[in-house]
Amino acid sequence: MTYLADVAVLARKDLRLELRARDTLPAMLLFVLSTLVVFHFALPTGADEIAAHGLLWVALVFTALLGLARAWAPERETGALDGLVLAPSDRSAIWLGKSAALFVFLAAIELVALPAFSLFFSRLGATAWAGVLLANVGICAVGTMLAAMAAASRTRELILPLLFLPLAIPLVVGGVGSSVSSEPGRYLTFLGLYDGVFAILCWATFEYVVSE
Amino acid sequence: MSTSSPNSSASRIPVPAIAATAAALVGLAIVLAFFVAPEDADQGISQRIFYFHVPIALTAYACFGWGAWKALRLLWKGGERYDLESYVAIHQGTIFGVLTLATGSIWARASWGKWWVWDSNQLVLFLVLFLFYSAYFMLRFSLEDGPRRANLSAVYALFGVALIPVSFLAIRLAEDFIHPTTFTRDGPQMTGTMFLTFCVAWLAMTMLAYALYRVELLGKRLDANLRELREALTA
Amino acid sequence: MSAGEKYVAAAYGVVFVTMLVYVVIIAAKLARLERETAQLAELAKSRRADG
Repeated sequence: MTYLADVAVLARKDLRLELRARDTLPAMLLFVLSTLVVFHFALPTGADEIAAHGLLWVALVFTALLGLARAWAPERETGALDGLVLAPSDRSAIWLGKSAALFVFLAAIELVALPAFSLFFSRLGATAWAGVLLANVGICAVGTMLAAMAAASRTRELILPLLFLPLAIPLVVGGVGSSVSSEPGRYLTFLGLYDGVFAILCWATFEYVVSE
Repeated sequence: MSTSSPNSSASRIPVPAIAATAAALVGLAIVLAFFVAPEDADQGISQRIFYFHVPIALTAYACFGWGAWKALRLLWKGGERYDLESYVAIHQGTIFGVLTLATGSIWARASWGKWWVWDSNQLVLFLVLFLFYSAYFMLRFSLEDGPRRANLSAVYALFGVALIPVSFLAIRLAEDFIHPTTFTRDGPQMTGTMFLTFCVAWLAMTMLAYALYRVELLGKRLDANLRELREALTA
Repeated sequence: MSAGEKYVAAAYGVVFVTMLVYVVIIAAKLARLERETAQLAELAKSRRADG
């Protein structure tokens, strides 16, 4: 299927760009680790284990925001987005390719951040990892979309967090729930629901975001 | 830029008629709420806030839904006027949303002594929606007028209606680890008169929102027409 | 007035005041529109006088 091939090409391009430039990924990594250390000082002694899990998700969401702010930067700097839009492939492939690349970046970050969290605060079970993975899908899908919208606006970096945070709230609930609740299955299902609903919405509407 | 009067059936009803109906209904609702409906045994007089608070909330949802419908029409069929209608609908929804938060806060203070409680799922949902739709306006004002702004606003409006049920679910789920539900707030057990009052109030708020929606649309179309006139005369 | 009554009054009052604020905003807008149409009427008159 040429659609998936297009998506793969676009994703690979982003991955290769990052591998060569190596600016966003190390920054996100350092950011998440610093945030976790700050949280240690922010939590009073005797604070809930649940509170620490909550803060993990705050860290993840804001780290994702950091990466999202730069998500469309290569296209913006080179004006490549117009070329991509004019290409004969389905425009939603652009969104899917970018989201897939972002997913890989975030997953790479989390491979370091989650063990660090386990080290600094408390152990993370399998359900927590599953929650992170599912929430990642939602973050990347919705975030890429909103970053494209923000890129069109005058107040670019300023507006992306405002657009993203309300939509991130359900993801945080799902994520924290899957780590701390006694019924993580419910939260994981919910995350799956979120991913499904919003991924379809993004996929269907992306072409209106990039076309004139 | 075609912002001339649309030709769907509802919008041919003149605005004054709608406003008059709204005024009558609101008057009726107030009479019912204060003089006809019986006083609630548990909550006393402060229960009467419920007759406006919940209809205002429902109307806000309806406005957001209406705005999303217009947004969908815009993306699907195109047509300048849908952008304006979507924007005005969402504007109304936000106003009614803020009113929901205000009346809800007063009710919380009257019932539980605190100006804000995280226990009320509806209040928390409206807080999230308030944040979301505030960002809608920030997005809109940071974009140049044109098809780009219309498209982006429309897509965001669609995200909004998807967010409403998803957020509500999330807030319900969050109860497990955020707060034990100590207060049930699913609306009082309503007698027949109470239910009638509630329905009248709901109709009244909906009509009020529609009247304001039409008035605002009128104003915006007037603005646009004047601008065209000015361009034509100074060309 | 009991505390409960005060809160009910406050809640309905908030709605009422919001509507009044709306009226004020519309009044201001009408005033502006009146000014603008008067300007445009002047413009049209002078155009007609010239052309």
